[in-house]
Amino acid sequence: MTRLQVASLARRSILRTLRQPAYVLPPLLFPTLLVAVNAAGLRPSTMLQGFPTDSFLAFAVAVPFIQGALFATMNAGTDLARDIQNGFLNRLALTPMRGSALLAGHLAGVIVMGFVQSVFYLAFALAFGVDIASGPAGAVMILVLATLISAGFGMLGAFMALRTGSGESIQAFFPVLFIFLFMSSMNAPRNLMTVDWFRTVATINPVSYLIEAVRSLVITGWNAEALLLGFAVALGLIIVSTVVASHALHVRMTRT
Amino acid sequence: MSGSPWRAYRSVALGVAWRTTHNAFTTPNILIPSLAFPFFFFAAFVGGLSQLSSLPGFDFPAGYTAFQFVFVLLQSAAFGGVFTGFGIARDFEHGFARRLMLAAPYRSAIIVGYGLAALARWALTATLLTIVALILRMDVSGSGVDVVGLFFLALLVNICALGWSAGVATRLRTMQAGPAMQMPVFLILFFAPVYVPLTLLSGWIHTVATFNPVTYFLEAGRGFISGEPEYVAGAFATALCLGILAAFWAVRGMRRAEAAGG
Repeated sequence: MTRLQVASLARRSILRTLRQPAYVLPPLLFPTLLVAVNAAGLRPSTMLQGFPTDSFLAFAVAVPFIQGALFATMNAGTDLARDIQNGFLNRLALTPMRGSALLAGHLAGVIVMGFVQSVFYLAFALAFGVDIASGPAGAVMILVLATLISAGFGMLGAFMALRTGSGESIQAFFPVLFIFLFMSSMNAPRNLMTVDWFRTVATINPVSYLIEAVRSLVITGWNAEALLLGFAVALGLIIVSTVVASHALHVRMTRT
Repeated sequence: MSGSPWRAYRSVALGVAWRTTHNAFTTPNILIPSLAFPFFFFAAFVGGLSQLSSLPGFDFPAGYTAFQFVFVLLQSAAFGGVFTGFGIARDFEHGFARRLMLAAPYRSAIIVGYGLAALARWALTATLLTIVALILRMDVSGSGVDVVGLFFLALLVNICALGWSAGVATRLRTMQAGPAMQMPVFLILFFAPVYVPLTLLSGWIHTVATFNPVTYFLEAGRGFISGEPEYVAGAFATALCLGILAAFWAVRGMRRAEAAGG
């Protein structure tokens, strides 16, 4: 019964995502455009002593995977907020549907979109001459990690939607999420940062570890420490956001 | 309508300016992103990229904080104009602009009003940004006249961006025009020497940056702050020309909106 509920809601979530060009195109185009501009403008960084690669594109290509996941947060949250605002969730509450089925089904669209985005970013990197140091298996690992990251951020979006019930509030969170990206090691390796406070912020910012895990597969090869940290942060994000989203759903259903 | 045409014109411009500024300053969802974005760009660039100043050929005497301050100041000026453009689009979408055009005898006065609001909005951001930069011990080697020149150049950029956004907003008259206003401004800003001087860029970005007018705004601005002004006449002439073109684009857009019934 639960499986049928999840499948029905997942189908709805996937179709709804794919039918909206505004949800599909910006997450594909905007991160690739930004990485192309940054790769060109920051190419001189590779002349710094200790810079880990001579291609800034290879260094920066990890960023779109995270930026795309931030779009997933907004899209997932906005969709669920719309369901709350137009009463769909209230009608759903009258059925025997389980809360876990709602969250799992809702997340399906995000996971599918996260996977499609990741394949696109990987193809972009390969088309522009980036060599994946960890080989084909590393490319698969990147797709797995990026999809997990999208799932984690998507569930965070679901939490924000359930908590606020407003699409506009979700949109207002976007700059806040962007701050995590900009205050990370997205543009420079942490060991080369000369400003102490920024290096500290980048070190305690979990987004740095997500970027560095993907980056390690592209430019270093199989770096166990970077991968363990990246997967730990991604799984931690999924667990924490699922717990808080479940609680928020319970509270919202009680109110309903 | 009573009194001289000038008084009527001023009344419309100030009325629109007051309303738009009041909305911007009293609505946190509108105010906070436009204030926060420049600060985070400034922090991310100064904090995360200052090691670039040690590159061979990076010769900027005032230091990396001042180098990035000029970019973020010009960026905040441009986005101050763009964010005001969002407000114009919202006014059209909600029907306020139609009522405004019924009441206002001069269409260009409406644009001037939005322009004053964009200026007020950017003035707040620029003031706070400058205070933060000075707290971070930004080195200002330029004289008082140089600093005035820098802010005047940024003001012209604000006018250009507002004119561009107002032209788009009055033609499309929907909030969905946001990306059409924002993306070209974002791209033209980042296709300039943002992180390192032009001489250190290579490949396609160097070619694009060489023909990008924003490059010369940045070079002139950085010259002002380091006390070694360069490209001043070219930068101001270009900014003035772009400002006039943008104003023309905005006024024509307003006429189109009027012809379409608001």
